[in-house]
Amino acid sequence: MCVVCGCSDPDQAGAARSSGDGQHPATAHPAVDARTGDLHYGAGAARVSVPGMSQERAIRLEADVLGENRRLAAINRAHFEGHGVVAYNLVSSPGSGKTTLLCATIEALRRRAPTLPLAVIEGDQQTSNDADRIRATGAPAIQVNTGKGCHLDAQMVGEAFARLPVHHHAGDHGHGAHGHVHAQGDEHHGHQHHHHHDHAHAAPAAILFIENVGNLVCPALWDLGERAKVAILSVTEGEDKPLKYPDMFAAAQLMVLNKTDLLPHLDFDVQRCIDFARRVNPAIEVLQVSAKTGQGLDAWLDWLLQAPAPAQQAAPAVQAAGSESEAALRARIAQLEALLAQSGHP
Amino acid sequence: MHEASLAGGVLQLLEQAAARERFRRVGSVRLEVGALAGVEVRALRFALQAIAPGTCLEDARIEIDEPAGSAWCLACNASVEIRSRVEGCPQCGGARLHATGGTELRVVDLIVHDD
Repeated sequence: MCVVCGCSDPDQAGAARSSGDGQHPATAHPAVDARTGDLHYGAGAARVSVPGMSQERAIRLEADVLGENRRLAAINRAHFEGHGVVAYNLVSSPGSGKTTLLCATIEALRRRAPTLPLAVIEGDQQTSNDADRIRATGAPAIQVNTGKGCHLDAQMVGEAFARLPVHHHAGDHGHGAHGHVHAQGDEHHGHQHHHHHDHAHAAPAAILFIENVGNLVCPALWDLGERAKVAILSVTEGEDKPLKYPDMFAAAQLMVLNKTDLLPHLDFDVQRCIDFARRVNPAIEVLQVSAKTGQGLDAWLDWLLQAPAPAQQAAPAVQAAGSESEAALRARIAQLEALLAQSGHP
Repeated sequence: MHEASLAGGVLQLLEQAAARERFRRVGSVRLEVGALAGVEVRALRFALQAIAPGTCLEDARIEIDEPAGSAWCLACNASVEIRSRVEGCPQCGGARLHATGGTELRVVDLIVHDD
């Protein structure tokens, strides 16, 4: 149906537009029948024309506000997979020690897996200080300045990725060249089952760290195409941060407690913090590290290298919930129960 | 203040609809923001009002529905309604909840004017 006048032939509306000055809305009422020159008044919701009164009509849009970002994130995800790149989205408050942890991680990974290509995308509102710190370790980094923006989005990450050497690394790890065919609409299939079996223990061919803008609120909503969000919380912060910023900890697959070397000097209750995190996200994994002393780094590297199954990647915070079938939900529950049992909870 | 970005996303959707369906201005628009969407509704409304002048959204009435969140309670083995991620189960008070719904962030429909 023609949305302009409600007639059954959309071409008529098109003809009306092309016969005008290109400003169709000005000529939309009356709508012009191109064949006969007839004028359609009263095509609005009221089905009647009242001089001086505008016509109005209803449009059902049902459009996802984050849909465009989600589409671009799906393209990034396919792009990363095509290159064998595993991407992690590191999120935290400012000052949690993300960049220091990243520098220590890069150096430790170099020793553990000397041939593994690494790359970093650094998000900050201003300055290239963080990218400079990463480049000093020898790893390639692209700084993305968001200006007034409080988070990275999928488009920024896609453009930054294209400038990194890992982007040119395709082909020598069995993934073949650009296989970006399943970009759109791929978010809702495959990740829970397919990845479990195929990729759960496959070593990544390269790792991309995306250090998001320091902010525990906004980045929770923007999918960048990462395999997992990692929330970094330093023990100098409040142990109740998972409750204060629940969306972020709900979206994260792993919480890294950083600066644990300072624990003897603080009143930070580690178990309480973990309990709070599990309250907003029963499946969240937890690691304790000190970027400064290197304590806990081995377990962190294990986690990064074993390419964890992204059960939480389709994070509740960023995915429309109705897409889960009951069976998938029950499978997820079984998995959560297992995790809880493992962690010693009742 | 990611609501500013989201308001930009809403406006982008409306402008695309305006080009596709050829209307001039929006009389009213209805949004749906789930309780677990991570969006502060007041901030979103403010941001929409701030960007509206000079666009098809100018003078539009903005309605925002806020559906409750839903979660699966591992203790009750049932789906329950929650208003935030830090709330306990309304039936058993337990905290072992897995959020399953209420993250919607959508433009539902709009009334438009062609003049």
